[in-house]
Amino acid sequence: MIHNRTVIEARPAPTHTIGPVAWLRANLFSGPINTILSLAAIYLLVSLLVPTIQWAFIDADWVGTSRDDCSREGACWVFINARIGQFIYGLYPRHEIWRVNVTFGLFAVLIAWLAIPRLPLKRWVAVATLVVFPFVAFALLYGGRFGLPVVETHRWGGLMLTLVLAVVGMVAALPIGTLLALGRRSKMPIVKSFSVIFIEFWRGVPLITVLFMASVMLPLFLPTGMNVDRLVRALIGITLFQSAYMAEVIRGGLQAIPRGQEEAAAALGMGYWKRMGLIVLPQALKMMIPGIVNTFISLFKDTTLVMIIGLFDLLGIVQAALSDSRWLGFSVEGYAFAALVFWIFCFSMSRYSQYLERKLHTGHKR
Amino acid sequence: MSEQAISQSNATTPMVEMRGVNKWYGDFHVLRDINLSVKRGERIVICGPSGSGKSTMIRCINHLEEHQQGEIEVAGLALTQDVKRIEEIRRHVGMVFQHFNLFPHLTVLENCCLAQMWVQKKPRREAERMAMQYLERVKIAEQARKYPGQLSGGQQQRVAIARSLCMHPEVMLFDEPTSALDPEMIKEVLDVMVELAEEGMTMLCVTHEMGFAKTVADRVIFMDQGQIIEENAPEPFFNNPQSERTQLFLSQILGH
Ligand SMILES: Nc1ncnc2c1ncn2[C@@H]1O[C@H](COP(=O)(O)OP(=O)(O)O)[C@@H](O)[C@H]1O
Ligand SMILES: [Mg+2]
Repeated sequence: MIHNRTVIEARPAPTHTIGPVAWLRANLFSGPINTILSLAAIYLLVSLLVPTIQWAFIDADWVGTSRDDCSREGACWVFINARIGQFIYGLYPRHEIWRVNVTFGLFAVLIAWLAIPRLPLKRWVAVATLVVFPFVAFALLYGGRFGLPVVETHRWGGLMLTLVLAVVGMVAALPIGTLLALGRRSKMPIVKSFSVIFIEFWRGVPLITVLFMASVMLPLFLPTGMNVDRLVRALIGITLFQSAYMAEVIRGGLQAIPRGQEEAAAALGMGYWKRMGLIVLPQALKMMIPGIVNTFISLFKDTTLVMIIGLFDLLGIVQAALSDSRWLGFSVEGYAFAALVFWIFCFSMSRYSQYLERKLHTGHKR
Repeated sequence: MSEQAISQSNATTPMVEMRGVNKWYGDFHVLRDINLSVKRGERIVICGPSGSGKSTMIRCINHLEEHQQGEIEVAGLALTQDVKRIEEIRRHVGMVFQHFNLFPHLTVLENCCLAQMWVQKKPRREAERMAMQYLERVKIAEQARKYPGQLSGGQQQRVAIARSLCMHPEVMLFDEPTSALDPEMIKEVLDVMVELAEEGMTMLCVTHEMGFAKTVADRVIFMDQGQIIEENAPEPFFNNPQSERTQLFLSQILGH
């Protein structure tokens, strides 16, 4: 029997187990119920997508200067075009806009540097981003130094303000959140209870309340005549709120590091801050990145709440433009534009976090 | 120079001294009235059934665990609650763990350099030279650029020993350094430990490697239920154990 083997010629794979037809059959039409569900879903998709595309692209008006240029059935993107400067820069003086562009260009370069794996000197770029960049950004945006004229914060608005709120909140919350997370694990009763109370207080309060309190209550506690800038008040509120969430993410990461790591560092004579800074946090940070990005995404969307204290972030300024009498009736375009911009930022962050998760999963060295 | 002078003047003071040490975990009495004096250059093996408090005892010496009663002195320095004093004592004491506890985010070389640079404030070059010297001695210098996760258990444990030696400890604590290893790797780690013993390092080893105990130990200590039950030179300890519990333990461990 064994000697009687006949050689079978290699054959192409049967068409039904590979290729689009087989894929459709296996995944969408594998049984009567599955088929009905698939058809219903396809019907829904088509009946929603076709009119949307028709409205947003095919029947849309793109160029022009006033509402009279919008004669067709579909979306009037002329409105967005006419207002795009305001949507991005708020009331920032036109001839100073380059300062905003330089600031965010610089920020984009730094972030890209940190995000692209192959580039060297990551540690120094991270330090520059967290420590040096905030001062450079402030000098550029606010001015008053190096011969740059001052641009008061009430003129900041639009996407630029959204980014300022989100980035400051994120960057400032990292160190504060780290300290709070360490404090919550501390053996010192005062430090521990302070951290627990702080974290639980801010986590239990909605951001909208925090902002409201920051703008209405804070001035009551300050000595008369002392006035804190409205933007600064919002930033403080957002930072404290975000720190509490960050602290819990970081605490989760710290708990994942085996106790033996800290013990080995202690046995080598390293003190508390060295054990944390050199051994525990670097290992924990790697694991925490997806969680941190998630809180970033929520914060990014939550910044829209600053509207209630009279700051005009991207959504706020779009809404304000909607009530302009020359452009009444374009709220769908306005909200669609704001949604698209938010979506692009949040989706990019989300994709990056997924990429990191995959990378850490496969490339993690024990 | 000054270090030598200090160690000479301390030549007669014990390296480690424990007097009436007691420790509880809640209601559970883990260490009962421990008295132990270790001379400079002495090699001590500690054995006993699992859960008898061996790890807890040696971890009290460098304050990885806190004792509640009694006194501990290391190189003549009394162990107190003071953080500065604890860190000072830890500079005299090296420790090797059952699960190696190498830092997985750092290379082998960085593992050995980190504490030299941040605790002893040595420049990187000097730290790396020292690290390579000790990695050479544990015969693993060619792996210096790898990460711990890329090494076998035996290799990792030898790196852990080198990492500890880089700090020039005067006494080394070993907590079951070979019990997490596959049998074929045990010897390479024991060889390093034997060599270290022959060079005159003061050592306290928790281990059940009785061959190691017979060849290098000056004294073998048997612990059970948080107490030191019996201590003796290896020859009488193995051939003529006094207490019943020691006899039972030895018959179990040597029997199979
Ligand atoms: N953190 C702890 N909390 C409570 N009990 C503990 C703790 N660590 C150890 N023990 C208990 O103390 C006893 C001694 O532990 P250990 O010193 O690790 O024993 P050995 O090293 O001899 O096996 C064991 O019964 C163990 O369960
Ligand atoms: Mg043990």
